[in-house]
Amino acid sequence: MSEAKLQLEAVDKIYNAGGARQVHAVRSLDMTVAPGEIVALLGSSGCGKTSTLRMIAGFEEATRGSIRLDGREIHRLAPAKRNVAMAFEGYSLYPPLTVRENIAFALKSSSLSKTAVAERVGEMAHMLEIEDVLDRYPSSISGGQQQRASLGRALIRDAGLYLLDEPMGQLEPQLRALLRGRIKFYIKERGLTAILVTHDQTEANALADRIAVMEDGVLQQFDSPAHLKDRPANLFTGTFIGEPPMNVFEAEVRADSGRLRFGLSGGVVLDYAEEEFSEALRRTLAQKLRVTLGVRPHAVRLAAEGAPAEVTANQWLGDQTHIAARFAGGSIVTVEHHHAPYAKGETIGVVLGSADLHVFDSQTGAAISHGGALA
Amino acid sequence: MDHMSPIERWLRGIALTVVVLFFMFPIFWIVLMSLQTNETILRSPPSMVFEPTFGNYVAIIAGRLDSNVASMGIAFMDNLWNSILLSVGSVAVALLLGVPAAYAFARHKFRGSEEVAFTLLSFRFAPPLLVLLPLSLYFQQIGLANTYLGLIWVYQLICLPLILWIVRGYFEDISPDLEHAYRIAGHSWLSTFRRIALPLAGPGIAAAGLLAFIFAWNNFIFALVLASADKQPVTVGALAFVTASGIQYGQIAAAIVLSIAPTLALALYAQRYLVEGLSLGAVKG
Repeated sequence: MSEAKLQLEAVDKIYNAGGARQVHAVRSLDMTVAPGEIVALLGSSGCGKTSTLRMIAGFEEATRGSIRLDGREIHRLAPAKRNVAMAFEGYSLYPPLTVRENIAFALKSSSLSKTAVAERVGEMAHMLEIEDVLDRYPSSISGGQQQRASLGRALIRDAGLYLLDEPMGQLEPQLRALLRGRIKFYIKERGLTAILVTHDQTEANALADRIAVMEDGVLQQFDSPAHLKDRPANLFTGTFIGEPPMNVFEAEVRADSGRLRFGLSGGVVLDYAEEEFSEALRRTLAQKLRVTLGVRPHAVRLAAEGAPAEVTANQWLGDQTHIAARFAGGSIVTVEHHHAPYAKGETIGVVLGSADLHVFDSQTGAAISHGGALA
Repeated sequence: MDHMSPIERWLRGIALTVVVLFFMFPIFWIVLMSLQTNETILRSPPSMVFEPTFGNYVAIIAGRLDSNVASMGIAFMDNLWNSILLSVGSVAVALLLGVPAAYAFARHKFRGSEEVAFTLLSFRFAPPLLVLLPLSLYFQQIGLANTYLGLIWVYQLICLPLILWIVRGYFEDISPDLEHAYRIAGHSWLSTFRRIALPLAGPGIAAAGLLAFIFAWNNFIFALVLASADKQPVTVGALAFVTASGIQYGQIAAAIVLSIAPTLALALYAQRYLVEGLSLGAVKG
């Protein structure tokens, strides 16, 4: 990442600054996007992801901080001068124009010939599967078709940066999976840089090279999908990423005679040999009395010798089983990849391997370790 | 409408006919009157059988009012011309000022914007007579009394709030992202206003303009107080038909027909815009 494509530095967004209903939507956000990278802004509603996107587009003014695109400061420029393309969540197609005209409209200011424009519109329509509605008006086509038309209008442009706001929220699952692949290929093939906003983890994982997880206006972690899953930076990302969410337990740390033990409530003790944890980690843990443990449902193993848990629900989803059980004063969820036969009320043994253990600081929520090594 | 039974369709037709008759009859009667002499109008019982005459129209267009006692000049055609000038002028000024203002109020919430917009609307609350006395006093002093400019200015009290508030609603109905999409494609704020916002709010602007035109056309009190004979519109000019030698019903009717003709023509022309304007809400952002 020698040269950055997009660089956000200490960006703040405050709505109604100084007013009675002041909202601090984005807090000192630093983010660098490399050329040719697809980045997803992921978070729940109101986390500041759309505000961030709109600041990059220029529809919202950054209260503080700077935004640079291709080394050029853009945060004071009008949207027209920023050289970015955007697909809107609400589609925003021009009602008096047909779908074809809407998509071609984006190329109006370029110097392309009529036939070249028609050709590119045709390719785009083919990719997005909207060839059959090209000559219809936006008001007469479905939401999903409008969304694809709006996506096409953004992607067809030659812009420095592509901003996609919930680009596939209205599509049916099969089409969504198909288009994800095609759009990713389209962006990668041309070496384009894109930022998409989504609240759908699957979409972020499938499309993005890196995911920026935001919560309450703060960037929690900006990392590859694999790292987000294996090495969450804090308890929030740990529990936010992954479906079903991570199991979390409060634990007391005790180390003696070559064993490292985590005392959970309800008298459950997780007992490990101390060499399963690095020495540096053991030293850190020795200073903590209480920590928060996290284990992903997929990593929970069921075995007769494990700690006892009482099944409270068993859901077969067609390709995997989600089993919820009462465990250590709370509940634990585990995923089995076969049709597991456990009935409600049955007792099962739960094994949590040290390699699957995520340890978080109980006070700050920051990650201490992932699988036996310091975070 | 295809799913209606024949009886329903019949009843619907009858109901519509009754409503149309009720509202159209006075206009129909006026048209009949305008084609009769005062004698046939005033005979008792009234009858729809008469020898049509265009004498009333001829008298009005020629500007000579002949009664059986005396003959006098009337300036009705001048009044009509004044009406057109004042209404068109004031609607044009109101559109020029009101539409950009409406856009600003719809899109840019600035400190005090609601207060300013409300103050403009409040001009419509006050009875016109309240402002007329002070207005006529200082219009005399600054030389605006009895000028077209002064009247068009005062007519803004009627037209501007109407256009501002109606058009503002239409602008607010357009999704801001529609304009954002255009702006991000490399277009300036001004061209976005001209190419996206204006055309999309077009039917609304047409409707507001027509309404403002009708209000301006029908205004009576401002012109009565602030204009002398040569600047008076038809509403004031019609008073001249009440003469010492009686009321010239035939000529009044002809004058009314002539004075509703421009508004009627405009309304018929703008009808499709009005319908479009009403259905604009169906456009999804």
